[in-house]
Amino acid sequence: MPLHHVTPQSVPIVGATVLRPTFVVENLNFYYGSNIALKNVNISVATKQVTALIGPSGCGKSTFLRTLNRMNDLIDGSRVEGKVLLDGTDIYARNVDVVHLRKRVGMVFQKPNPFPMSIYDNISYGPRIHGVTKSSVLNEIVERTLQGAALWNEVKDNLKKSAFSLSGGQQQRLCIARVLAVEPDVILMDEPCSALDPNSTFRIEQLIADLSEKYTIVIVTHNMQQAARVSQYTGFFMMGSLREFGTTGKMFTKPDDKETEAYVSGRFG
Amino acid sequence: MTTQEPPAPNADWLMVRRNAVNVICLTAAGLCALVALGALSLVLGYLVLNGFKALHLSTLVLGQMPQGEPGGGLRDGIVGTLMLLAVAAVIGIPFGILGGVFQIESKGKFAWTVRFFTDVLNSIPSIVIGLFVYTLVVLPIAAAHPGDGYSALAGGIALGVIMVPTVMRTTEEILRLVPSSLREASLGLGATQWRTMFSVILPAARTGILTGVMLAMARVAGETAPLLFTAFGSNMFSVKLDKPIDALPIDIYNDATSPYNYLHAQALAGAIILISMILLMSLITRYALGNKVLEQK
Amino acid sequence: MVTPVIQSDKSVAEFEPPAGRHAVPNSGRMADSIYRCVLFVASATILAIVLAIAVELTIASKPSIHQFGLRFFVTDSWDPVHLKFGAMSFILGTLYTSMWALLISVPISIGAAVFLSEIAPSWIRTPVSFLIELLAGIPSVVYGLWGLFVLTPWLITHVETPISNDKHLNHLWLFNSPANGSDFLAASLILAIMVTPYITAVSRDILRAIPNMVREGSLALGATQWETIRNVVLPYARAGIVGAVILGLGRALGETMAVTMVIGNADSHFNPALFSAGNTMASIIANEFAEASIDLYRSALTEIGLCLFLVTMLVNGCARLLIYFTAKDVQGGGRTA
Repeated sequence: MPLHHVTPQSVPIVGATVLRPTFVVENLNFYYGSNIALKNVNISVATKQVTALIGPSGCGKSTFLRTLNRMNDLIDGSRVEGKVLLDGTDIYARNVDVVHLRKRVGMVFQKPNPFPMSIYDNISYGPRIHGVTKSSVLNEIVERTLQGAALWNEVKDNLKKSAFSLSGGQQQRLCIARVLAVEPDVILMDEPCSALDPNSTFRIEQLIADLSEKYTIVIVTHNMQQAARVSQYTGFFMMGSLREFGTTGKMFTKPDDKETEAYVSGRFG
Repeated sequence: MTTQEPPAPNADWLMVRRNAVNVICLTAAGLCALVALGALSLVLGYLVLNGFKALHLSTLVLGQMPQGEPGGGLRDGIVGTLMLLAVAAVIGIPFGILGGVFQIESKGKFAWTVRFFTDVLNSIPSIVIGLFVYTLVVLPIAAAHPGDGYSALAGGIALGVIMVPTVMRTTEEILRLVPSSLREASLGLGATQWRTMFSVILPAARTGILTGVMLAMARVAGETAPLLFTAFGSNMFSVKLDKPIDALPIDIYNDATSPYNYLHAQALAGAIILISMILLMSLITRYALGNKVLEQK
Repeated sequence: MVTPVIQSDKSVAEFEPPAGRHAVPNSGRMADSIYRCVLFVASATILAIVLAIAVELTIASKPSIHQFGLRFFVTDSWDPVHLKFGAMSFILGTLYTSMWALLISVPISIGAAVFLSEIAPSWIRTPVSFLIELLAGIPSVVYGLWGLFVLTPWLITHVETPISNDKHLNHLWLFNSPANGSDFLAASLILAIMVTPYITAVSRDILRAIPNMVREGSLALGATQWETIRNVVLPYARAGIVGAVILGLGRALGETMAVTMVIGNADSHFNPALFSAGNTMASIIANEFAEASIDLYRSALTEIGLCLFLVTMLVNGCARLLIYFTAKDVQGGGRTA
């Protein structure tokens, strides 16, 4: 069944429910050893929309983001209870191929982390790993994704240069292009602009708006104004629980939960 | 990019192959570690299994017999090694610690040069150090006093020189870990620099420095090559500084390369004693001392 | 009262007493001068020792240098009776055994380092690292003992005799020598074992210094762990690992006792067959110096020592530079403007 681009008005929200979501998280508990970091999280992520996760430092929003592509598996002693359903299948089920999962659910990190290779090789890395060998195809992918990340014009003459020769904002857009190259369905962004200057931040926010027409995006941000600017849905985390989830418009003007209201009006955080 | 299409059959096979390669290569890396451990167990295992059998009380207590006559023990070698370590400590510890302190107290080209050449010293093969001490110490004494030359002093000097870079490097690293607030408190109270170093900073770093010293001594205790033409070895019991002296590694070497089986057994016993000494020194530093790098009162 | 001073990492030499105070009375100043003088002298002595080594060795080698000149290094003849000395056989012996030692040890060491750094959970990593480092603590003479009692007999029975009896194999230059036991093969194997802990430990440290973000970036794209190690982590660490290998080479070049005990100590011409006996620069000195009664003989051996000194200094210098530059690169993590 092909999925259409849905505008906020045509997707009814009842409490924290979203129709035709990409991710459905049910009763998620996450532990670091014996410490519980996420408590009973229930949330749905709308397809081809931008969902923002906000909350004070240490509230678990980044931890939650990383459960969506099982990056937390890399941490010794981490444990997950509950279900995370991607298009109906629990990604924590026994025989799930994590490698394939991470191809479908891509991630952009807080600090740009390009590989120590050329710009071209950074982007072709993903497709090559997944079996693309023809250089004509790779060339096309590199150009398309760099265009998609709004970086093409700046680097098209210098694709063989080291990725480290780019500025911070350019490196982050390179990392976004790198993720686009493996053709994910979902892009997770963990505070992607926190290490960047305002100009670069602005450009990346524009990029997010464009990308959300084709990809489902979940973005963690500590910048409330950014969440208000870029997202259609917002979830507010505090101390490991999801306190409220709804359309961005509602969350920032008339939230139901008291703590949410206190946070978005700046009384703490 | 719809999510409902089944993956192409090609993609399936690619995934299988990638996962297989992953498992194989990760296992291969583990096997490499296993091989390295295997080598260790072959060497240590053989020594432990056969060395303790050859170790008797007499080995520790008796002196050497002339070659060919059974009986005898490694007492001379053990005592000799301890003597040499003592002489080495007298040279290695002061120069090493002072050198480390100097690196802390001063920056600039000279300090950098000293550190660079200390690294060079660290990498010189120990037999070359033995050659150096021979030329510097043994020859002149032999020229002045014919018949003399080889001496415990020369052997100790060689071992001491080998110790210096290790002691210096660990002293410097430990001193850097001492919080600068300690130094500033002392200086702020009007103490002199040397007072500050000796009464405040060095005591705080005492454990770590001791660790470095012990590790250096453990390293030189097993050295044979530099002793071959300095301490030279001897088949008499001696604690004289100016005469040749026996040492455990020299005994092991001579016994192992001799044609007699009972001496081979003695060499094994010697190896066990030597390894036990070294292991003891290393373990003491790691566990009894090593957990507290800095004194915190 | 004492004004609190912010944490600084200035050396004491740059530290100024708080303004308006004389922190140290004059007698204290003198004591400090003596202090700094003592430190200076100690350090200068250390420096002097290294220079003295170079100088003394050169002086002691003079008779031999004078007599044989540069031919010393390219002549393969060692004749203490007629006092004709040429060290080429030993130089080749050193290079040959070190080459085989590295060929055997490097893959195993790097594999073990990758295992310890990337794969093993911490409850495996710590004890296994410790055990592998134990290998480095075993004295050379003890390795030689094991080599003599265990390795060489085993090699003779299980490797050398079968191969040299095999009519096809024993024509190869590699095996063209009677089974000896104490030979280049034994020496190379022992060197490989002795060098492994150093290469492993340094490589492991270099790999662990690579920031985790680089690995996560690769894994998040759907790469397997091995693909990440091979395509991202190892290339990043490449220069440092080369440095670690060169460090291992430096140790192999200077290794004396274990090699002496299993290399067979042949004065004859260098024969690259694995089963032939030989000598390295270090082993010939260990074997013959104590009995060298004639000045020229001793001087020739000392010249070999000088050569060894220069070679190891060069090799270790290169290694340290490589490791130093990799560490800087990795910590810098590339430019982020």
